[in-house]
Amino acid sequence: MKVLGWFKSFGVFWYDFIIGDDWRVAVGVVLGLAGTYWLTHSTSGAFWWLLPALVVVLLPVSIYRVTRRGR
Amino acid sequence: MSGSALFLAVLLACLVEAVEALTIILAVGTTRDWRSTVIGMFAGLALLAAVVAVLGPAVRLIPLSDLRLFVGGLLLIFGLQWLRKAVLRASGHKAMHDEEQIFRTSVEAARQASAEARAFVPDWYSFTLSFKGVVLEGLEVVFIVLTFGSNQGNIPLAALAALVAVLLVVAAGVVVRAPLARVPENTLKFVVGVMLTSFGMFWGSEGAGARWPHSDASLLAIVPAVAVFAAVLVVVFGRNGAPDLPTASRTSAGAA
Repeated sequence: MKVLGWFKSFGVFWYDFIIGDDWRVAVGVVLGLAGTYWLTHSTSGAFWWLLPALVVVLLPVSIYRVTRRGR
Repeated sequence: MSGSALFLAVLLACLVEAVEALTIILAVGTTRDWRSTVIGMFAGLALLAAVVAVLGPAVRLIPLSDLRLFVGGLLLIFGLQWLRKAVLRASGHKAMHDEEQIFRTSVEAARQASAEARAFVPDWYSFTLSFKGVVLEGLEVVFIVLTFGSNQGNIPLAALAALVAVLLVVAAGVVVRAPLARVPENTLKFVVGVMLTSFGMFWGSEGAGARWPHSDASLLAIVPAVAVFAAVLVVVFGRNGAPDLPTASRTSAGAA
């Protein structure tokens, strides 16, 4: 049981360290990177703007969710 | 990115983490036992050095584009976390990170804990708290040094910036022997959030195969653009009047 507890705290630490408070942001970033990779390698267009566009959406939405909860 | 930009980015990020670690060390050391606290600090530093020794050479073996994709993604997630908290603090929706309050809370907790000697450590509580503080805050420093340094092919310069940051904070801590409350930590965190997000977007896109217009020079536009965007969000989400919130008292590696 002690070992299980240790593994749990280890997992919680890394989740908190990497993912943080809003897992949607992490998922959004992974999808954005995958999308950029796929579009860049399957078409001839320039897709450097995809991640900035994602940040413009992700950051305010994540902040809005917190401010809405506080009301 | 030039060497000075790399140095500045790593220095600022490491300053923030070093201030947080020092706050914990000073709180425990001044109220409990300095010897155990210092042993805990050096044990934490030794563990971090081992992590760097193992991960440093391993990071160099990864192809640059894969490294940029992975590191860019992580930096972007980190950066958005920092920026999100910085905007929430600046707009009054989250309590400001107050080292003085954290120092007081840590001192109170340290005074109430009972003393227990183990092996060559006179006070196990001081050792554990100091060790954890150094490792948790230091892990983020290690991550920043390795990722920024390896991406620019200059880990020694990134390590030097981290070392300068730690020495600056330790020197200031020795002089004042109190929490570094005057360091504008929340402003620093805002700047670091902007930098992590900017470099994360840049390296992530490059690692995924996209090419930015004007290559590295595009960072000169990305960084100010992210800063302006975050400042606009502070105004948009800003509360009317002064925020009436309790002070944040939690410190962890991920708690930007």
